Amino acid sequence: MLKNMIIGAAAFAVAGSVFASTPSFAEDTLYIPSLSYRTGPFAGAGTPIANGFADYFTMLNERDGGIGGAKIVLEECETAYNAQKGVECYEATKGNGALAYNPYSTGITLQLIPKAPVDKIPVLSMGYGLSAAAVGEKFPWTFNYPASYWSQMSSILQYIDANGGIKGKKIGFIYLDVGYGKEPIPLLEKLAPEMGFEWVGFPVGVKEMQAQGATWLNVRKERPDWMIAWSFGAMTPTAIKEAAKIRFPMDKFIGNWWSGAHADLEPVGAPGKGYKAANFSGVGVDFPALQDVIKHVVDAGKSQAEKDDVGKVNYNRGLFNAVIMAEAVRAAQKATGKKGITGEDMRLGLETFVLDEARLKEVGLEGFTAPISGSCKDHEGSGSIFIQQWDGSNWGRISDLIPPMTEVVKPLLADAADKYVSEQSGWQTQTCG
Amino acid sequence: MFYRETGQFKASYKTDSAKFPIFQDKLFIWFYIIIGFLVIPFFGSEFFLGAIMIPFLVFTLASIGLNILTGYTGQISLGTGAFMGVGAYACYKLTLAFPDVNILIFIFVSGFFSAIVGVFFGLPSLRIKGFYLVVTTLAAQFFLEWAFIRIPWLYNYNDSGAIEVPQREAFGVIVTGAQASAEVRYLVVLAVVVIMTWFASNLISGRIGRQWMMIRDMDIAAELMGVRPLYAKLSAFAVSSFYCGVAGALMVFLWLGAAEVESFDYNHSFEILFMVILGGLGSLLGCFLGAAVIWILPVIIRDWLPPLVDALTPFTITSSAADLVSDIIIGVMIVVFLIMEPLGLARLWSIIKQKLRVWPFPY
Repeated sequence: MLKNMIIGAAAFAVAGSVFASTPSFAEDTLYIPSLSYRTGPFAGAGTPIANGFADYFTMLNERDGGIGGAKIVLEECETAYNAQKGVECYEATKGNGALAYNPYSTGITLQLIPKAPVDKIPVLSMGYGLSAAAVGEKFPWTFNYPASYWSQMSSILQYIDANGGIKGKKIGFIYLDVGYGKEPIPLLEKLAPEMGFEWVGFPVGVKEMQAQGATWLNVRKERPDWMIAWSFGAMTPTAIKEAAKIRFPMDKFIGNWWSGAHADLEPVGAPGKGYKAANFSGVGVDFPALQDVIKHVVDAGKSQAEKDDVGKVNYNRGLFNAVIMAEAVRAAQKATGKKGITGEDMRLGLETFVLDEARLKEVGLEGFTAPISGSCKDHEGSGSIFIQQWDGSNWGRISDLIPPMTEVVKPLLADAADKYVSEQSGWQTQTCG
Repeated sequence: MFYRETGQFKASYKTDSAKFPIFQDKLFIWFYIIIGFLVIPFFGSEFFLGAIMIPFLVFTLASIGLNILTGYTGQISLGTGAFMGVGAYACYKLTLAFPDVNILIFIFVSGFFSAIVGVFFGLPSLRIKGFYLVVTTLAAQFFLEWAFIRIPWLYNYNDSGAIEVPQREAFGVIVTGAQASAEVRYLVVLAVVVIMTWFASNLISGRIGRQWMMIRDMDIAAELMGVRPLYAKLSAFAVSSFYCGVAGALMVFLWLGAAEVESFDYNHSFEILFMVILGGLGSLLGCFLGAAVIWILPVIIRDWLPPLVDALTPFTITSSAADLVSDIIIGVMIVVFLIMEPLGLARLWSIIKQKLRVWPFPY
């Protein structure tokens, strides 16, 4: 009996402490929450992303003492790629003075977009989330640098056009049958008549990710000239293995940037040789910034990553995400003259940072990515991507930067943004000068 | 001692058949209601209300729904998540079509849509039982998930396939959307859960509930005594789905704010089934206890274990490790309870209560 009461008392004590106010950080620190997914179905992608994101900030802390004299406090909160846990993480961390959220999940992003203007914390969904968020006037608090899914799809189609022509060709589009996978369909529908190609969709349900036999029988029947994949997690290696099984030419198979990481191709190995994928962040460790990360963080034992993982696609993407955050912080510090900034300042920073060729060279990432700069109107940036190819054991870049078909994508983005805003009453927009 | 009943005499049938015949129980209920309505909203932080209490209450309501079907009527179902989805999508379409109608009305009305779908998928229960019925309800789960993806009309042709909750008011107060305060959302959810729990408890102890339990205990005997299985089983499916539908609408509109199909997948059906098992089959109190353990305990572990370990030991523990620890603890608890106390936490509580009654002189 006594034992029960003690346990009860302990439970009350824990419950009581939940009421207690959240810890607040000192004035001149920069608090950045990291919604990671090191567990769950997509941990294979989530772990290197979280590592790259954390390691760059640790490197800045170690090498430069933070950004502009303010230390970066990074707090990880595990979401397991689950939207409900993501919202919980958001509620748990936002009170600490969070500068911005990088949800790394379309589901969580969609839930945070309406909350961002109310809590005055911007959302940076780097290369995922809602494509329409690229329209800065309609979405003042949401950013999807460096490119939206629609821009990416238009670049991939241009790559196909430049490599053998697209007119009269049949393009198979295999996609994860959730919001993420279906996102580029409006663009395909729009561009098919304009560019003169035919497209066939092959949806793959989340439960069938690893059982795509039937889907690829259909692919064989349809005989597409090219295949484009909008897959994620275990779906990608399965798709490539099935493609190899039906002897689909690998160099005519292009994945988007979430379908082209080391974690996706390593389980496939040599049979995946020739498979291509879009990407917006450089591969490898031959950049001064990455050498600094290895020197100050990985070799010093301050990273959760293995040394071999540094430089891989998803690690570098997480790092690139951190670079954009850091540049936005710098811009915000410069604009406000404060060391420790707020979410509102960060929003300004995300709209004004400049990451041009010269600045890329300064931060040690020359040739890593297309130059981007923040703007009020355009929350997507340049949107240029490049194509990389799997050589059986590693990725190699094979194309120049391919800018998106802005004239086609922009009106679609504007329409989608209008539609989103019209469904929300009292949505806050902004006018850009 | 604490539950001394000495001197509590019943002088009428009404008092004898009261829901809480013991004075102390009545006192407890009022105590919890006052705490829930008057203390928590004023002293709870936004995190406590938004990330702990609201989900807890939503899951409680869904557990009550499943418990009516599984605990009281003996029909096992794995379609809870999908029935919640029906409620959520119905509420979304209704409020887009009639933006000026009080959102609370639509939250209740969406339950009826869920009830209709539930009855439809409950039809096979007249012929099949047990495991076979599980498969049919699982089919409902998969079919509805498929429908939520493939019928763009349901999510209003949104490019990302998600439903985004618009801002809506009830009685001049903003209840849904990002502008709604956590206190308001919490009070609305709490009120709905209290009213529906009260309704369920009356339903269960009345004629319909007794029929359900007769079907559960022995359907042939029940039939011989005049219970019509058709009405009993289908009414259980209808009421159960109604509760799940309302819970789903509350989940999306007052908790998450946006939802993809992922939010209604079979994992949620399992999660709610675990709540019912851990809390106690055939007990309303069990629904509250089960939802509390399965939702609140992991939140506390995830948020408090890393700083606690950091402060008390030389080790550090990452957020993802804490997440795994909470999964392990919940998994072990489910196994232990299935072995040691299949009737769950509610049964444990009633044992404690019995002991308190005779304390300090056990017999």
